[in-house]
Amino acid sequence: MRIELVKRPQRSALFSMLSPFIAFALTIIAGAIMFALLGVNPLNAFEIYFVEPISQVWQLHELAIKAAPLILIAVGLSVCYKANIWNIGAEGQFIFGAIFGSIIPVLFPQFEGPLVIPLMLLLGMVGGAFYASIPALLKTRFSTNEILTSLMLVYVAQLFLDWLVRGPWRDPQGHGFPQTIQFGDSAVLPELMPDAGRANWGFVFALVAAVAIWLMMSRMLKGFEVRVLGSSPRAGRFAGFGFNRMVFFTFLLSGALAGLAGISEVSGAIGQLQPVISPGYGFTAIIVAFLGRLNPLGIVAAGLVLALTYLGGEAVQSALGISDKVARVFQGMLLFFVLGCDTLIHYRIRLIGMALMKPNGAKLEAAPKLEEAR
Amino acid sequence: MDITVNILLTIATAATPLLIAAIGELVVERSGVLNLGVEGMMIMGAVGGFGAGYLTGSPWIGLLAAIIVGALFSLLFAVMTLSLATNQVATGLSLTLLGLGLSGMIGTSFVGQPGVRLPNLDIPGISSIPVVGRLIFGQDPVFYISIALTAAVMWFLFRTRTGLTLRSIGDSHTSAHALGIKVIRYRYLAVVFGGACAGLAGGHLSLVYTPQWVENMSAGRGWIALALVVFASWRPWRVLAGAYIFGAVWIGQLHAQAFGIPVPSQFLSSLPYLATIVVLVLISRNKRLTMMNTPASLGQPFVPDR
Repeated sequence: MRIELVKRPQRSALFSMLSPFIAFALTIIAGAIMFALLGVNPLNAFEIYFVEPISQVWQLHELAIKAAPLILIAVGLSVCYKANIWNIGAEGQFIFGAIFGSIIPVLFPQFEGPLVIPLMLLLGMVGGAFYASIPALLKTRFSTNEILTSLMLVYVAQLFLDWLVRGPWRDPQGHGFPQTIQFGDSAVLPELMPDAGRANWGFVFALVAAVAIWLMMSRMLKGFEVRVLGSSPRAGRFAGFGFNRMVFFTFLLSGALAGLAGISEVSGAIGQLQPVISPGYGFTAIIVAFLGRLNPLGIVAAGLVLALTYLGGEAVQSALGISDKVARVFQGMLLFFVLGCDTLIHYRIRLIGMALMKPNGAKLEAAPKLEEAR
Repeated sequence: MDITVNILLTIATAATPLLIAAIGELVVERSGVLNLGVEGMMIMGAVGGFGAGYLTGSPWIGLLAAIIVGALFSLLFAVMTLSLATNQVATGLSLTLLGLGLSGMIGTSFVGQPGVRLPNLDIPGISSIPVVGRLIFGQDPVFYISIALTAAVMWFLFRTRTGLTLRSIGDSHTSAHALGIKVIRYRYLAVVFGGACAGLAGGHLSLVYTPQWVENMSAGRGWIALALVVFASWRPWRVLAGAYIFGAVWIGQLHAQAFGIPVPSQFLSSLPYLATIVVLVLISRNKRLTMMNTPASLGQPFVPDR
């Protein structure tokens, strides 16, 4: 059997809308097979995975906590990817945002008041943008591949954070645990509705960022510039859009948003720095960006779905004894199917079976001879 | 003297997986395909190799399983990018993410289990010759495979007609297609070869380097292998040199940690990653050279018209 792609005269609006849903359906089918292979009743597993984790109000708050960093990071990355610039080091920028933002509560715990939080958030964005500026600088100055440099910097950031919390920033009264002091009250991001659940302002930041970036991409010249440079760098150059400026713009923007996600996570959900502060948000956000079709509003929905895969992973681990890595598998499969289904937007797919190839049998036999002749 | 030999041996062991994975990726990229899933295929090879070795008790079956798992996993990438013409960067990334998740899930029951190790070559009388004996005749089997593989790829790419065809596809798939070359078929084979290599590299990690299963044990080696291909400007012998330089950096920082050099261990551990960045910067500074050597259709999807 062979797959043949036939180009559509124009992109299909129908599949453009449907493809995330088809991808989700395929993921569910593949997931059912996986659960069956693990010896679990798929229906039962799906109920535990996708339904139970969001059946109560406080659980919806947990969903918002997980979705906030995913949406914040993915919205920034979507701008990068639209411009055909590949920042895949958001995990590192997330960590540096968390580190920069934590300077105030860790080194100046006596500094209190309503100014603390805004300053921390600002520093977090500066930290993320600073860390993202490294691959941007290397790309523009030396045309070094940004995929590899931004990714390598993730490992460096993880090790740097590890050193900080075990070394100079370790809580002297922490009984030797590798963690900083607990942030003071004025350095903790307030919860939105403390009576109902733990969700904090991070989720609001995520929604605001999504709307702002959506406005920029669809209503402002900058968004147009991003799209032009992404789809045709040559056309962009003729229009006078600078490629190097665009590299910096997208990296700094996505870095700042990842940094904001980092400090919001540490200040809101964790309350101190520790060796590991992210279950791979920076990488999962790549999936969120694609699942959301690189559209900020789509990303909000995709972020909620991917946040659910995290919660579901934890749920099946405690209920069925399956590794919570199952979440990572779901996320990976989802991205695969999304990318595959996106092909349907531009192409019709024709499956050519063996039966159809028979009439061409003579041609096929002649082919090897041709190759010999060459 | 003995210490020097030991250090050289450990450098070879650290360099071997980098070399194998990078050589595989080099062939893939020479055919014009950019597979960023090396890390994912490597970790799948590692878990597959460990699992098969652990369950059967035979490290050789483990090694074979690692190769097969890597190849099968890369087939997923091939179907997506070659038959469905998806974006290669995004698909490669998702292969890595899926591989890291899947290997973690499969490997849950392997954590902490004692693994099997491939025995080192031992030729009576010869392997015990001081220095030379152990360096040349006393290493693990995969080391010899890696060297043979490099030589074979060099010969294949630059001394055979098929190798020439493969390179021409990488430079211009449209011209190659116009000449009647089966672009997609060649690329399928190249990608699966790259996957088998990455799987073998992973198998080396879990059957020789540290014969056990640790989650994320590839620790970015797949990405370093990708960087090595760029560093080598797509030449096999330069990949060999690069892999040994990186092996030396990797081992050097471990020894430095053991000697208690007054630098935090985290800084030493980050050296291989920083070295990768430095090396990439140095090599890409020369734009003309990079432009000249990069396969011209690298990373571009190709849909044959009829």
